[in-house]
Amino acid sequence: MTTTMQRPSPETVEQAAKIKPRRRITGPGLLHTWTWLIIAWLVLPIVVMIAFGFNDTPGRYNQTWVGFTFKWYGRLFEYPDLTNALITSIVIAIVASLLSGALGTGIGYALGRYRFRGSGSLNLIMFATMSSPELIMGASLLSLFVSAGAGLGPVTITIAHVMFSISFVAVVVRARVMTLDRSIEEAAADLGAGPWTTFWKVTFPIILPAIFSGVLLAFALSIDDFIVTAFTAGTTKTFPLWIWGATRVGIPPQVNVMGTLIFAVGVFFALVANIRSSSKSKRD
Amino acid sequence: MSTPQHSAVRSRSASGDTPAIEFVGVNKNYLSHGETVPAVKRTDLAIGQGEFFSLLGPSGCGKTTTMRMIAGFEEPTAGQVLLDGKDVTGVAANKRDVNMVFQSYALFPHLNTYQNVAFGLERKKVAKNEIGRRVGEILEIVSLTGMEKRAPREMSGGQQQRVALARALVNRPRALLLDEPLGALDLKLRQQMQIELKRIQREVGITFVYVTHDQGEALTMSDRIAVMNAGVIEQLGSPREIYERPATRFVAGFIGTSNLVDGHVERVEGGLALISYTTQDRVVVPVGPSVRTGDKLEVSIRPEKIDLHRGVPPVTATGGSVLSGTVTEVVYHGTSTNYTVSTAAGADFTVFDQNASNADDLADRGDRVYLTWAPQHSYMIGV
Repeated sequence: MTTTMQRPSPETVEQAAKIKPRRRITGPGLLHTWTWLIIAWLVLPIVVMIAFGFNDTPGRYNQTWVGFTFKWYGRLFEYPDLTNALITSIVIAIVASLLSGALGTGIGYALGRYRFRGSGSLNLIMFATMSSPELIMGASLLSLFVSAGAGLGPVTITIAHVMFSISFVAVVVRARVMTLDRSIEEAAADLGAGPWTTFWKVTFPIILPAIFSGVLLAFALSIDDFIVTAFTAGTTKTFPLWIWGATRVGIPPQVNVMGTLIFAVGVFFALVANIRSSSKSKRD
Repeated sequence: MSTPQHSAVRSRSASGDTPAIEFVGVNKNYLSHGETVPAVKRTDLAIGQGEFFSLLGPSGCGKTTTMRMIAGFEEPTAGQVLLDGKDVTGVAANKRDVNMVFQSYALFPHLNTYQNVAFGLERKKVAKNEIGRRVGEILEIVSLTGMEKRAPREMSGGQQQRVALARALVNRPRALLLDEPLGALDLKLRQQMQIELKRIQREVGITFVYVTHDQGEALTMSDRIAVMNAGVIEQLGSPREIYERPATRFVAGFIGTSNLVDGHVERVEGGLALISYTTQDRVVVPVGPSVRTGDKLEVSIRPEKIDLHRGVPPVTATGGSVLSGTVTEVVYHGTSTNYTVSTAAGADFTVFDQNASNADDLADRGDRVYLTWAPQHSYMIGV
């Protein structure tokens, strides 16, 4: 074998420069356009909502752009009914998401870890509640509460919200538990931890991110739920119910501001989760 | 196939102190689709204090089940498990004074090295400063000092392995159970960790029970090995005993390479049985007093004990076995050359020939050769 390198001739260099990756019909140009179209479709309604929170509209009607103002942020709590509805919604969402977080974690853990009598039907019921129409669920909850003689109000709303969001938490937690190495819990037992200590010191911290996203999902489902809430609310007004009621007399810009703030909180949590998982995968 | 030899199994523990681990008539069955599947059949076993004991066998042989019964993750269907002479059958895993190193390491991903290692001591309510001292000590033994704050995912496989080891050892268990702990490491690291493990075991003086399917690993590290197959301990003994005198056909085949031949005894003379194939092809094997003329024997010969001659063997070798044959395969390995020879005894023989000096002496494919070995290198195995 010869040890001298062959100098590339000018022709081969030229040839190499000519060979470029061929652009397909779905190349960058079209793909970019398509991507931005989708993003616009998803984001436009939200942008409109946020923008009209800054609209300097004279009355309660907030449908045409007049001018830019911050004043609605200052007069956020001008309508006591709206403020109360928002507070009711937030309280119900917190209680409902925590309750379904606790119960859904239990179900999700059991389904992910063990096979037991009825685990198959439990799985089925969970997916049934997730996919059944809210209208039907609301109507049947109403007749259930009425026939049970339960007065409709914040409690029945909360029960209803827990009922439909519990499956979402359970599904998220179950997925995490199923990928959890069984021997990690065995290791805890091996090192002297009883079942209780093993759960709280080892299992719970490991599946906590899944529980957290389950609870966030439950919160999001609860705070903007309209249909089931309408059936089970009685005279109680939640944030979505108040807005629905206000459509006839005009939705004030404060609603846009509140919507913007709720959206901002959601974006914040999503960003935190994103940053945490990306920094984790970078270290892996 | 022979049944476990109870007397031999117990011989070591008879020498004074109580064994660290003892199995008395242990049986383990699994229920699978309504059928009872035996995982471990009637097993008696005594593992001595401070011993490096290996459970060796192919996957599904019951070695892991045996270890999990020591740890308390599985309960025997029948029989007793004793730790330090105390019956622990039915005692939960978290109340047993043994610790385990898992194949997957099973480190707690949300805790750093220090917290992982301290986990067991915290459960035992050991004082904080005592925990700090003992964790520091054990991390030094496994050469992880300075890694206290690292999370498991920030460490290499070898380092995680050491954390798992430290996490178990720091509790000063009666016995340390290791479930194929080196399986996930690459060859070089594995060999390094084998030496390391042996050193650590000497340093801490704790009984190690080591589950592996790697016979090389078991031979190099263990004081004693139990070779398991289909839920039964086929042979139990020192690495040397198991290698030199395999008790069953399975052991002979599983540990290293063995040449197996069988034949009928022509005559017995001075504790040696003679099996003839032709007038010059014969196998001589040491036998017990029970063997008679006409008995069928199975004989195992290790490939490195055999001499390969290209001409008729010298007179000195004729006291032992001689088989003529034809070379069918030659594989050069650097330090040795491996020959496959089809012999007059009917079986193909593998021969390892050291490439000592005369490299031009290599036999070629198709060459007529003679295999000879001394009588003591033939080993009769139970049929």
